[in-house]
Amino acid sequence: MEPILTKYVKQPGAATLEFYTKTGGYDALKKALTMTPDAVVEQVKQSGLRGRGGAGFPTGMKWQFVDKKSPKPKYICCNADESEPGTFKDHVLMERNPHLVFEGCLIACHAIGAKVAYIYIRGEFYHVQLVLERELAKARAAGFIGKNIFGTGFDCEIYVHRGAGAYEAGEETALIESLEGKKAQPRLKPPFPAVAGLYGCPTAVNNVETLCNVPFIIANGPEAFAKLGPEKNGGPKLYCLSGHVNKPGVYETSMHTTVRELIYDPKFGGGIRGGHQLKCVIPGGSSVPVLLPEQLDIPASFDGVAGAGSMLGSAGMIVMDETTCMVWAAQNLLYFYKHESCGKCTPCREGGDWLHKLLMKVESGHGEMRDLDLLLSVANNIAGKTLCAFGDAAATPVLTTVKTFRAEYEAHIREGRCTVPSSWRASRPVLAAH
Amino acid sequence: MSFHPVMDYGAGHHQSARELPEEGPAFSFTPANVAKLEEICSRYPAEHRKSAIIAALYLAQGQQGYITRAAMRAVAAAIRCTTAEVEDIVYFYTMFYTRPVGKHIVQVCRTLSCALMGAERVTEELSKALNLKPGETDAAKEFTLIEVECLGACDRAPVVGVNDEWHECQRPEDAQKLVDGLRARGAASLTGCHLKVAGE
Repeated sequence: MEPILTKYVKQPGAATLEFYTKTGGYDALKKALTMTPDAVVEQVKQSGLRGRGGAGFPTGMKWQFVDKKSPKPKYICCNADESEPGTFKDHVLMERNPHLVFEGCLIACHAIGAKVAYIYIRGEFYHVQLVLERELAKARAAGFIGKNIFGTGFDCEIYVHRGAGAYEAGEETALIESLEGKKAQPRLKPPFPAVAGLYGCPTAVNNVETLCNVPFIIANGPEAFAKLGPEKNGGPKLYCLSGHVNKPGVYETSMHTTVRELIYDPKFGGGIRGGHQLKCVIPGGSSVPVLLPEQLDIPASFDGVAGAGSMLGSAGMIVMDETTCMVWAAQNLLYFYKHESCGKCTPCREGGDWLHKLLMKVESGHGEMRDLDLLLSVANNIAGKTLCAFGDAAATPVLTTVKTFRAEYEAHIREGRCTVPSSWRASRPVLAAH
Repeated sequence: MSFHPVMDYGAGHHQSARELPEEGPAFSFTPANVAKLEEICSRYPAEHRKSAIIAALYLAQGQQGYITRAAMRAVAAAIRCTTAEVEDIVYFYTMFYTRPVGKHIVQVCRTLSCALMGAERVTEELSKALNLKPGETDAAKEFTLIEVECLGACDRAPVVGVNDEWHECQRPEDAQKLVDGLRARGAASLTGCHLKVAGE
């Protein structure tokens, strides 16, 4: 499939307003403004666009749930807090195609009746924020953002809001809390943001890539979008390949593409580095179960990956070859989750730390066989017992690796050492434990 | 009693283990920063000035290098909230420093994609080259070495952030080169983000 969202990203000047308008930019906005908001929502619904942030929730439904009769202002929050390990697609879109993000935001604002969109960008993307703000100023000067856009009476502002280093701010209600100037901790749902979101007003929180798909739907119609992919998995999709592949990077293709093609096809990942063998792949950021080499012949779609017992999530594919110790990998991820837990729910705040300690014990060769059951028991006491999906995400690396690679855990315990050491790892395993 | 029968709560979260921020010298925002903050506040509804709290802290940190109690009070006054609310934010988000940091804050990504490509070795070698353990700052306040979680450039692993800039595909054997480059040419010695196009 020809790239749509990332078609021009490698060309010099692609990020500028002049380039964007020359290649048909803001035409979809113009068209959308001739349609009623309900018609825009209807088109997006018909297209079957699913949220690209991780959950895959239908975007049209999300917009439809926004309480339009409310007398309060409505808000669009563009979730650019791309923090899921192994995910870096929104980074490309924002840095190389910022006006597509703005156009998506503007159409979304028109659809739900919002006058303001906030792009919540993670603090570490400072250089991306500079690009966004530079291009926002140009778009504002050219009349694409601001008062009375295209003379239609539609007023809309877009602001960039910088976060300050919190993975949890990627969760939609935590993002709203952070935007309100509080700690990024999730809220109890319901009420959902569509009813009471930012400042207690009806709000839709959409991922960057999700919003970037909207202009294509408006310009080409929902059918053209849907037929790009399998049923219920329409449209282009960005995949992030990282880890032990020959050609890590962001690749845009249809969701017909299989996971094996993404890893091995020369067009995409180009196989495993240095003639090594694939051990497993985490298909959707760090928070989802692993896929084994024999499970790769599935479409890399929301439903295809779910059918294999995992999740497409953010489509951040982390590829690991046979030199990877799975206890170490789980330990690495649990350090992340323990560090990033927002601390609101006890199972996640305390349990993440426990899991990391137990994994370090096994990895350093001091584990006992009963620790395996303890790992599972603690993980199962976190999953499903927290306000947001973070708890499930933190439990997953443990549950999936103990289930799939139990023999490796047992070997660590039997031999009292790491049985898959690697030269690319720290010479002392305690380094990560400080 | 913990919610899990065989696991005890850790002591790490206990208040007694908390390091209090420094009082620091008297702090007030520069006129340029006051104007900048007012512009940022205008992006939010007037009654939700608190939304600008992170931006205010960035300005304070940019002015002084790190956040002191005096700076927190100045932020609270500017945002019109309590100092406790400011402290909440400072301690929750990882990008605010409550201790003096070096001129170059070297941040090695330690999360899985970078770790698979040798980030742990990068930290080890940088630690040797700088003679600092992760989390430490040298006496001359030139370098701070820290490990951070996923920076979002996993295709260019291992990634090292230096202040607000990126340095991509850092190899462990080039640790000394990175340090020397920063000493000699500062941020200009870094690769920056590979997506950046000059002159755009």
